[in-house]
Amino acid sequence: MTSIILAVVIGAAFGAVLDRIGATNPNWIGKMLTLTHLHLMKTILLAIGTASVLMFGGQMLGLVDVGHMSVKTAYVGVFIGGLLLGAGWAAAGYCPGTGVCAAASGRKDAWFFIAGGLLGAAAYMVSYPWWKNAGLLEGEKLTLGTVPGAGYEGLTSLSGDLVGIVMGLVFIAIAIALPDRLRGAGEAVAPAE
Amino acid sequence: MVLNWKTGGVLLGLVFFAAVLLVKPIGVSTQFVILDAIIGNVVNPDLITQTETGYTSSNAYLAKSDGKYAGNAANPLNYSFVFVLAMALGAFLSAMARGGVPRDERRLPAIWYANYGDTPWKRYAMAFVGGFIVLYGARLAGGCTSGHMMSGMMQTAVSGYIFAAGAFAAAVPVAMMLYPKEG
Repeated sequence: MTSIILAVVIGAAFGAVLDRIGATNPNWIGKMLTLTHLHLMKTILLAIGTASVLMFGGQMLGLVDVGHMSVKTAYVGVFIGGLLLGAGWAAAGYCPGTGVCAAASGRKDAWFFIAGGLLGAAAYMVSYPWWKNAGLLEGEKLTLGTVPGAGYEGLTSLSGDLVGIVMGLVFIAIAIALPDRLRGAGEAVAPAE
Repeated sequence: MVLNWKTGGVLLGLVFFAAVLLVKPIGVSTQFVILDAIIGNVVNPDLITQTETGYTSSNAYLAKSDGKYAGNAANPLNYSFVFVLAMALGAFLSAMARGGVPRDERRLPAIWYANYGDTPWKRYAMAFVGGFIVLYGARLAGGCTSGHMMSGMMQTAVSGYIFAAGAFAAAVPVAMMLYPKEG
């Protein structure tokens, strides 16, 4: 029961914040991906950095249970799948989470995105044995440094906690340094709505 | 209307941190599979079957990892599925609290109108095809923007970096090709 309450609280907070940062708005996604308005990119980079510093800092201080980490396996399919997701993300202006949020906030096209998504997920369920037999799903769970007690292989033997904090600070620095736009002329124009 | 990146970034970071602190990293795309499995099991009740120790499925993907997905579909009142439903509710309430998404935008986003005019059905077709590719790719990769890119990179997961590299390598050229007008 506690886990359901946590799901409701954290899930609702996540949806609300996605709505307020413009991530559920395909105009913002389109402008970010065409590099003409990078405000949302700065938001996302700052979020990754903030979460990283808090999590690894908390683990070093013993305040965060390292057992809560969940690192996914790195394999060839991660890159191929990333390419596919990127193409669809650009075309639709939605990714799985923001598509669901956009549909809930009344965007009609997002409902078509969800329908297509359910069909795409079903297509993967059917074709899964092919990818598996091709050996493209084989890999290891790796972190950049070695995180004590996490049980994952480290790409390097550096302290995983310190690497996490440093990378977090790097993300924050990039978020600050990134200009409002990389392409086009003049002031970046805020997307509609 | 949209939060300044400093405020928005810190708030979003706090949500991702809270998720790891209290439960586990955030992820969404698996739940499309779970909903598919729930629907599939209504159409074909033999899709998910109970075993002595848990659940399994006639579909190899649902049966993998000792039938973890099959089990979640059989018991949808679990953390990850409820999380996604709550996320939708949170977005709905937040959008309503700021006055709702304008009617024109709900029907057709401005970026589409600027590039392709008043062609809502073409937009819906594009969103449908995009959704198909996004979820196929996310399941192949084993995660999406939230699970791989954000939760992954915040944990210094190598998989998160590989995923982000692939996603942006495709997303930026496709976006430039499809939406050349700024709108």
